[in-house]
Amino acid sequence: MALERGTFLYEIWVARWSLLSGLGITVSSAALTIVIATLLGMILGIGLTYGWRPLRWLIRLYVDVLRGIPVLVLILFAYYGLAMFKINVPPFWAGVIALAAFSTAHIAETIRGGIQSLPQGQTEAAKAIGLQFHQRLAYVIIPLATRRVLPPWMNTCAEIVKNTTLLSIIGVVEFLLSNQQAIARNYLVLQFYLLAAVVYLLINFTISQLGAMLERRYAHFRY
Amino acid sequence: MLNYNFNWSVIWRNWDKFLDALLLGLGMAVLSLLAGCVIGLAVAYARTSGPKWLQWLAWAYVEIIRNTPLLLLVFMCYFVLPEFGIRFLDKIESFVLTLSLYAGAYMAEVFRAGLASIPRQYVEAAKAIGMRPWQRQRWVVLPVMFRITLPAISNNLISLFKDTSLAAAIAVPELTFTARQVNANTFRVMEAWLTASALYLLASYAIALALRALERRYASIR
Repeated sequence: MALERGTFLYEIWVARWSLLSGLGITVSSAALTIVIATLLGMILGIGLTYGWRPLRWLIRLYVDVLRGIPVLVLILFAYYGLAMFKINVPPFWAGVIALAAFSTAHIAETIRGGIQSLPQGQTEAAKAIGLQFHQRLAYVIIPLATRRVLPPWMNTCAEIVKNTTLLSIIGVVEFLLSNQQAIARNYLVLQFYLLAAVVYLLINFTISQLGAMLERRYAHFRY
Repeated sequence: MLNYNFNWSVIWRNWDKFLDALLLGLGMAVLSLLAGCVIGLAVAYARTSGPKWLQWLAWAYVEIIRNTPLLLLVFMCYFVLPEFGIRFLDKIESFVLTLSLYAGAYMAEVFRAGLASIPRQYVEAAKAIGMRPWQRQRWVVLPVMFRITLPAISNNLISLFKDTSLAAAIAVPELTFTARQVNANTFRVMEAWLTASALYLLASYAIALALRALERRYASIR
C-alpha cells in the first residue's frame, strides 16, 4: 500500500507515538480517577448513610456543592488554585485531583442510594443473628448493595473517561489533544476528529454495554 | 501557606461581565433543552414504533452521542462543519447546535422510558372511547409522559447548564470563559474561580427549586 505524504494513514503513522502516548494518558488518568473516586466514594457513601449526624451534613454539603459545579470549573480551579498556594502540581495531577473530587461526590451518592434501596429487613435480620455493625456491612450490606451499585458505577466510569478530555484544556496531552496536535500539523480535521470519536466510542461503548449486561443479570435478583 | 489576600474589587468591577456570562449560559442551556426535547421525542418514537431501519438509526444516534465526549462533539461541530461548507454558524450557534444534539440523545432515553412506563390501560381506554391514533398520542400518551418524565427533564436542564461551561473551549464568553479571563487579566485566582463556582452553584439550585415547584404542581397524578 502506498503511504504517501499527506494521506491519512501516513499522517497517523507519523503521529503514532504521540497518539499512543495520548491514549496512555487518557487511560491512566481515567483509571487513577476511577480508583481514587471509588475508594473515597465508598467511604463517603457509607458515611452519608450511617454517619453521625454532623458528619452526614458535612458529607452532604461536599456532595451537593461538588455536583453543582461543572467539572471544567473544578479542573481549572485546581489547576490555577493549587499553584496559588505554592503547591506545585503538574497539570496531569491537578486534573486527576479535580476529576476524582467530582466523581467521588457522584459515587458517594450512588452508594448511598444503593444502600438505602435495600429492604430494611436485611439489616434487621443481620442484627437479629447478632452481627456487629462492621460485620453487617461486610457480610450483608456491601454484598447486596454491590448488585445495585455496579450498573450506575459503570456509567460513572464511562462519564469519567469522557471527562478526561477536559484535561486537554489545561494542556495535558491526552488523546483528544494529541489528535488536535496532529491536526495542527496536517490539517486533516475531519479524519483525526473522527479517529478520536471512534476510539472514545469504542472505550465507552464497551463500558456501557458491560454495565447494561450487569444490570440485566442483576435485574431478577431477589432480596 | 494560606497567606492569600482576597481582593474582591476585581469581581465587582467585572460584575456585569459575570452576569451576562451567567445569562448566556442559562439561555444556551434552555435553548438546547427545548431543541433536545423535540429531537428526543422524535427519536424516542422512532425507536419504539418506527420501522426496523429507523429503530436501528435511532439506537445508533443515541449510543454514538452518549458515548462520545461532549468536548469532542463541540470541536467537531465547530471545526469540521466549516470543511463541508457550513460556515454560517458563529461560535454560540455552533455550541447550541452541539448541545442540542447531545441533549437530544439523553432526552430520547428519558422519553423512551417514559413512553414505556405508560400503563396499557390508558391507551386502551382511549381506543375504547373512539380516539384516533393521533388523538391518543396528543391527549393521553404525551401529557401523561411529560408528567412522568418531568423530574428527569429538570435534571437534564441542570446538567446541560453545567455543560455550557465547555463553550469556554471555543471562546464563547460564558461563565467559565469569563472567570478564566478575569483570572488571566488580574491574577485574582481564588476570587475569579470562587465567584464562578458560586454562580454555577446558585443558578443550579435556583433551577432545581423552580422545577421542583413545577413538579409538585404537575406531577401529582397517579
